[in-house]
Amino acid sequence: MTSDMLTTISQVVTAVTGFVAALLLMYGLKRMSSPATAASGIRVAGAGMLAAVIASFLYFFSVGADAKPLVFFNLGLAGLAMAIGGSIAWWSGKTVKMTAMPQMVAIYNGMGGGAAASIAAVELFGNRADGRTQLIVTLFGALIGAISFSGSLIAWAKLQRVLKVPLQFAGQQILNGAVMVAILAVGASIVVAVAGGPQFLPLPGLICLFFGCALAFGILMTLPIGGADMPVVISIYNAATGVAVGLEGYVLQNPALMIAGMVVGAAGTLLTLLMAKAMNRSVFNVLFKHFGASKKHKRGAIAGSEKPVQASDAAIDMRYAKSVIIVPGYGLAVSQGQQKLYDFVKMLVAAKVSVKFAIHPVAGRMPGQMDVLLAEAGVPYDMIFQLADINDQFATTDVALVIGANDVVNPAARTDKSSPIYGMPILNADKAKKVYVVKRTPGGKGYSGVVNGLFYDPNCFMVYGDASAVLGKMIEAVKGLGAAAA
Amino acid sequence: MDSNLTINIFAGAYIFMLAAVAGWVIIGNVPAILHTPLMSGSNFVHGIVVVGGIYVLLNATNVLEQSVGFAAVLLGSGNVAGGYAVTVRMLEMFKSSDVKPHHARHGRAAHHAKA
Repeated sequence: MTSDMLTTISQVVTAVTGFVAALLLMYGLKRMSSPATAASGIRVAGAGMLAAVIASFLYFFSVGADAKPLVFFNLGLAGLAMAIGGSIAWWSGKTVKMTAMPQMVAIYNGMGGGAAASIAAVELFGNRADGRTQLIVTLFGALIGAISFSGSLIAWAKLQRVLKVPLQFAGQQILNGAVMVAILAVGASIVVAVAGGPQFLPLPGLICLFFGCALAFGILMTLPIGGADMPVVISIYNAATGVAVGLEGYVLQNPALMIAGMVVGAAGTLLTLLMAKAMNRSVFNVLFKHFGASKKHKRGAIAGSEKPVQASDAAIDMRYAKSVIIVPGYGLAVSQGQQKLYDFVKMLVAAKVSVKFAIHPVAGRMPGQMDVLLAEAGVPYDMIFQLADINDQFATTDVALVIGANDVVNPAARTDKSSPIYGMPILNADKAKKVYVVKRTPGGKGYSGVVNGLFYDPNCFMVYGDASAVLGKMIEAVKGLGAAAA
Repeated sequence: MDSNLTINIFAGAYIFMLAAVAGWVIIGNVPAILHTPLMSGSNFVHGIVVVGGIYVLLNATNVLEQSVGFAAVLLGSGNVAGGYAVTVRMLEMFKSSDVKPHHARHGRAAHHAKA
């Protein structure tokens, strides 16, 4: 077999595999968007990905003449990079706690953006772009990928609580705007320089400056955004990485990358809009009008005090109630109390109490996180209700049990126009006949930094303690009741 | 690949447009319950960037290109492996109740009667 034939065959195989991979990735994504088929969806997508990655090693047979002498070494490098990057990410993905999922998604997404930016960097440094259009597309992909990379890292640091406060200062928007103008100017001068025009820096210097500014922009843009908005931000960067991958796919003339990247770009954009809608925040507000920026809001309007009760009293009260709606939040996830919660719920159900779970779209740190958590504990679908389906039922319910949730049940969102969360749809837990709130400490604020007036309501009682520990006590109390009766 | 397939900017624009419509439609009716797994799943899908990384690294001609290409493959494979591991973990939790949600909802009365 001649090397020409080998080249042709390998090219055909990679092209066909790319086609199949793009189809499988889209079909997998489609299956992932329905609960009944979701688990198989990721495997379909995984099969497509595996095929594409294996086939990509066939590029070995068609490298350019310049790269021929180095190709075996490069092949080794590729294997090494995959082994290191793949195994570390695989291990961390397998071992990370469910509560830390959102920041892991942020990290992996940042890596994708970084990879797209790196591809662009090789194309730019090697001056490989075939014409001005390709060069401009490369630059846009580089810009978006680099912003997604550094921005995702900041999002990770915030969710991981490495960075604790939103960093805000006067003139921030102006600085960000200036950096963006600088990026575009440097990008334009790269285009001019490549075309043989004047350059104020050598080309490699310009490219470094371009990436430096883009990375800085990602950091500056993400720093002032508060933690409560982080899920939306991660979703934006997810879509951005998709677009960057698609653009670099065009530069590499690889349709599989173009399709997979742009599908994620669009799907991620829609997902972002759905999330922002659930929080009643426009994407513009998330990015440019930051939560917590208005410090004027005072607690003055709130009357009454927090009324603590024992976990056992609350448990027995619920045991003899007719109906209970449970509102889980991040606190439940942190204390890993979902299993105990379901055990407690099973006891209530056995005592003929009607129990339902009410899930706020952004409960936890990421939309759907509570659904995942409850599914993990084995709670059946038919007990779990979304905001729109259950909100009217609170008024006719005996007890609302709020566990580690705060902002999503804050009535200020309905009534107090000066509150930063005003307008966000909330669960009407306050309308239940009685409310129990399981919470770690008295007087805390929600993730948005807003005081919750619900805790001071006459019909609201506080059970202080770690959610998992409190639920343990509740189970004991109901058990003890059964023993006493027998 | 360059030798047997050329996509000019207009063909590219069509591919992008169709892919974007496909992505929008695919996600169209997703229930909130799947938002997090789906974000993670789509995060996995753009991990295909690693294929581009491998192409670039294999074609690298000097140390600079090799180092940056190495970074591309390293980061890209992290995206793929981590995205897959996390998504599978999230979605496996939905396995135990393979019943369709609206189907299950009809059975609620029965569920309570049994209890």
